[in-house]
Parts: sequence; structure tokens; C-alpha cells
Amino acid sequence: METTENKVREPLFHIAKRAYIPWYKAWCIRLIAILAAFIICGILSFIVIGASPLDFYSALLKGSLGSQRKIWKFLKDAAVLLCISLAVTPAFRMKFWNIGAEGQTLMGALATAACMFYLGGKLPDALLLVVMFVSAIVVGSIWGTIPAIFKAIWNTNETLFTLMMNYVATCIVSYFLIIWTPNGSSSLGVLPDGHLPIIGNEYLLIILITVFIAIAMYIYLYYSKHGYEISVVGESYKTACYIGIDVKKVIIRTMILSGALCGLAGFLIVSGLDHSVTTETVGGRGFTAIMVSWLAKFNPAVMALTSLFIVFLSQGSAQVSQNFDVSPAFPDMITGIILFFIIGCEFFIQYKINFRSRKNGGKK
Amino acid sequence: MDKLINYLLSAIPLGMTFLYGSTGEIITEKVGQLNLGLPGIMCVGAAGGCMTLQLLSGTSLPGVLVVTIAIIASFLSAAAMGLIYSFLTVTLHANQNVTGLALTTFGVGTMKFIMSKITAMASASGTRYLYAIKYFRFPFADNTTFKYCGVMVFLAIIIAIVTSFVLNRTRVGLHLRAVGENPATADAMGINVTAYKYVATLVGSGIAGLGGLFYIMDYAGSQEAYLGISALGWLSIALVIFTLWKPVVSIFGSSLFGMLYVAGSYIPSIKELHVSMKATPILDMLPYVVTIIVLIITSATKKKENQPPASLGLSYFREER
Repeated sequence: METTENKVREPLFHIAKRAYIPWYKAWCIRLIAILAAFIICGILSFIVIGASPLDFYSALLKGSLGSQRKIWKFLKDAAVLLCISLAVTPAFRMKFWNIGAEGQTLMGALATAACMFYLGGKLPDALLLVVMFVSAIVVGSIWGTIPAIFKAIWNTNETLFTLMMNYVATCIVSYFLIIWTPNGSSSLGVLPDGHLPIIGNEYLLIILITVFIAIAMYIYLYYSKHGYEISVVGESYKTACYIGIDVKKVIIRTMILSGALCGLAGFLIVSGLDHSVTTETVGGRGFTAIMVSWLAKFNPAVMALTSLFIVFLSQGSAQVSQNFDVSPAFPDMITGIILFFIIGCEFFIQYKINFRSRKNGGKK
Repeated sequence: MDKLINYLLSAIPLGMTFLYGSTGEIITEKVGQLNLGLPGIMCVGAAGGCMTLQLLSGTSLPGVLVVTIAIIASFLSAAAMGLIYSFLTVTLHANQNVTGLALTTFGVGTMKFIMSKITAMASASGTRYLYAIKYFRFPFADNTTFKYCGVMVFLAIIIAIVTSFVLNRTRVGLHLRAVGENPATADAMGINVTAYKYVATLVGSGIAGLGGLFYIMDYAGSQEAYLGISALGWLSIALVIFTLWKPVVSIFGSSLFGMLYVAGSYIPSIKELHVSMKATPILDMLPYVVTIIVLIITSATKKKENQPPASLGLSYFREER
């Protein structure tokens, strides 16, 4: 006869947190997820736009690696995205959910454009560039510090605060655009002065600056006292207080850094690429950067890979939508689906699913 | 005076878009899920509803039925987005902010894609949805002020009142709030945390999706208005904070947000006020600035009933104590 103990049904599977996972296993899971996502996207594009899978994948590749010009554009876009991602990272390691990178970058871009507009032609170009650089960093960090101060004093919810600051920044930019364009067109043409010097390729300087920032950020986060303090505050607020870290100071200091780097990204976009500013200058990259940073587990080295991957996807699928003459919104769908898979696969890295085994589930 | 009436008539119905969005988001946030995918969800809701209207516009079904089916389709397609979100965040414990942002990217893209399909279908078949919800009014409202308000305006208010009742006066609402405040305690009480999180997120997303359909088919009355939806979605999230997570307050709050949203184009048009058109962007800033101020005041006063749900944005894993 069965005892009551045996009658209790064991569930089909149960989930346990993994204590440790070897790095190659984690990357295997991620690769499988990405492959699965690509297969789903191939099927989807076959159903929705009637593209054969082979055409779809080859267009995806050609979009960013098809020609030398495309490769440079690919690297440039990835560099700008990486720069903004690096900017949000210190705050995220502190578990300060700064989703205001869009606004901070836009304010940096606006400050840069303002210097170009008012001081262009009046200062020598080298001096102008310095002024632009400094003002972009200052304005960006002010924009990032405002929510941080309130977070430090009253623990105001930073996610919602920084989100709102994005839209305030957009409104400020459109206000200045109205002032700067007397004919009411609200579109500022290319500003003639204060362009970043071109070395080699026109995008090379921006890529080099970003690589430099990435290395510096890596050292700052992993090998400096500040980086250590950020990690401790992020892991446990109480531990940080206990070991004598001034949490308020760390929050504000980190957000100054985060905002300043966003401002720098804005400076690079305006001075190095667009030479002008619109409300769409950042174009959602502030939000994409959050995902890039999170997917890389806030590690600057991995972040370079993830930003390359995201840009590869969006440029590739833009090529797909161009080849098959479908709405330019198609890349967003593809990117969204692949992101879902990558976000979802983290679960299988962090947790382990133990299925009910015959031996234990049946009679003993 | 005419201008004032026109202003209110354009501002208050617009506010109903916010009301749908914020009511949906309040339900979702009350259960501890900070759904930043709301703009994407509203977009997909709009796209689902419009697609249904376009597909049905050639058939000989009565108008009431077509509109009802469209509203249901809108609700379901938005709820499907909610399902993606809750599967990733509840079952797979993914980060809510990141999932929400990815959902917004996906939703806005999907909507633009479907809308371009609809345009192609409409020009191919020569029919454009005949039953724009805009022309669907209550019969008694013909000669009153209500003639400016479609069925969905009333639906929004009813949903908000019912939501408020359910959240504050019923056992289901109590359990739902318990899950949002402290899932571990709720779990110990025997409440099925996962089920509550799923159902609340799905229903909330569905309601928010109706907001997208309302904005396109009723307020704007044309499909081309779809580009504005995602900005309205972010404002709906702002409205949730502004109303301190209370759906009834949201009825007035949404009208106020509607007024603030339209103010930028309205105030400079009155000559007596001497406000130049240049001030439009500054006035456009108002809803965001007001939200920030409310956020700061509520965090500074630290009144218990005005705080966000305690576990907002955190995922719950039973074995993690």
C-alpha cells in the first residue's frame, strides 16, 4: 500500500537558482537564443513580406557589411550607441534606473549646437571645439544630476523622473529651433563652424574616442575605488551605509559622470556627424542604449559586442525592408523580437530547471 | 467664449486617451509590474482595431456589431502584448524596464507596419473603414453637448469607475494590491501571485490598447494620426504618477492633461493674451513638468497612501528570500 507521502504529486519541473555557470555554457545559451530568434524572424518575414529565408539572411548581412561605406557606417552607428551605453552604465551598476539618457544626450547636443550657432565664426575653430565640448558635458551632467539630487534627498523614483526629463528636453530643443530659424521652418541647416577634424576616414575619430571611453570606463568600474563604491551601493544599500560609504554622495557623483558622458555623446553626434540639431537627433538611441547596457550585464567589453549586434540588426533589417519594398518600420519589429529572445534567455542562465525524474517521482 | 468651448471640446475627449492608458497602467502597477511597454501596447491596440475595421468594412454586418468586434479585437491584440511582457517578466524573471522598452520598440514598429498594410489594402479595394467610431454616437445625444463625445468616451469613464471599485472595495482588489505591495506575504497567504500578475497585466494592457484605438478612430478620426500615439503613451505613464495610482482621480487628471496637451497650440491663438507662437514648446512642457513636481512632492511628504506599490518594478521568485 502507498503511504500518504508518496501520494503527493511532484510537479513536472521545479526551478532553482544556479549557484554558478561556466562562461562557455552561458554563451552557448545566448547563441542558441539568438539563432532561434533569427529562425523565427526568417519565418515571420516569409509569412509577412514573402521573402525567401535565403534572401532574407543575405540582405541582413549585406545591410551592414555589404560595402566599405556600409561597414564604416555600421562601425560609426555602433560607436555612438556604445558611447551612450557606456554613459548609462555606472548609474545602472548602482541600480539607479536612469532612463533619461535620451534627454541628457539631447541636451548635450543642444548645448553643442548653441555654441556653434552663437560663437561660430567669432572664435577660432580649435577654441570653439573646446567651448562646445565643455558646455555639452556641463549641460548633460546638469540634466542627469537633477533627478539624482532628488533621489538622494527624498528617494524620488528616478525611473519616472528621468523619463519625464526626456520630454522636457525635447520641448526645450524645439523651442530653440523656433528661435533660431526666423522663417518658421524650425529646421536648422548644417552649421558651418565647429566640425570635428577628420582623420583618415570621416568616422574614425568618433570610433577612436568611443574605444578610449570604453577602456577608461572598464578601468573606472573594475579597478578604482569609485567603481567599487558604485557596486556596493548597487548590491546593498544597507551594506554601503554600514561600511561608511556616503550613499548620497555616490549617487550624485555617479549621475554627474553619467550625464557628462551622455553630453559627450551629444557633442560627438552634433560636432562629428550631423552638424545640426533636431528633436530627433538622438532618435531613440538613449532607450536602445539601456538595453545594450543591460544585455551586456554592465560590462564595457561585452557592451561593445552587444552594440555592434544591435546596430547590425537594425541596419540589416533596414536593408531587408528596402529590398522587399516594405514599410521602414520592419527593422523595429525584427529588433524587438530578437530582444525578446535575448531578454528571455537570461532566465536559463540564472536558473536551472529540474525536471521530475522517474526514479524519484515513482516508488522508492 | 466660443474658443474656450472649442478648446474644452478638443481637450477633454483627448484626455480620454490618457484615461484608458492610465487606468490600464494603474492595474498593472498595482500588482507590482512597472510596464514601460505601454506606448507600444497602445500602438498595437490601435493597429489591431483598425485592421479589424478595415477587414469588416466591406461586409454587410450592422455598424453596432462592427464597432463592437473592433473594440474587442483591439483589446485582445493589446492583451497579447501584455502576455509577451508578463511571460518575460513574471515567468522568466526578466528586468521589467528593459522588457518594457523592448516591447515599446516592437509595438511601435508593428503598428507602423500594419498601418502601411491597411493603407495598401484600402487603396486596393477602394473601401476605407466605413465605420469610423467617430460617427458612432448615442441616439439621445443628438442635440446636447454629448454629441461631441463618442461611445468610447463613456466607456473610458465607466472602466475607470469599475476599476476603482474593484481595486478598493472587493476581495480580488485587496489581493491584487497585496501582491503589488509584498508578493512574499501574499504568497504566504495563499494568493496565487503568478496568476494575479498575469491577469492584471493582461487586462491592464487590453484597456490601454483601447486608448490607442480611441485616439485614432474617434478623437483624430483618421488613420494617419498614428504617429502621435507613443507620445501619448508616455504621458499616460506620467498620469499614473500624477493621480497617485487612483483611477477615479484619473478621470479629472486625464482631462487636465488633455487641456495641458492642447494648451500649446491653443493659448497663442488668443490675441488678447499676447502670447507668441514661439511659446508653444514651452507650454508643451507643462504636463511633464507638472508630473515631475507631483513626483517630488509625493516623495518629500512620504504619506503612506500616496506611495507607489512597494514592490513596483521588482520580480518575485519564491525561493529568493
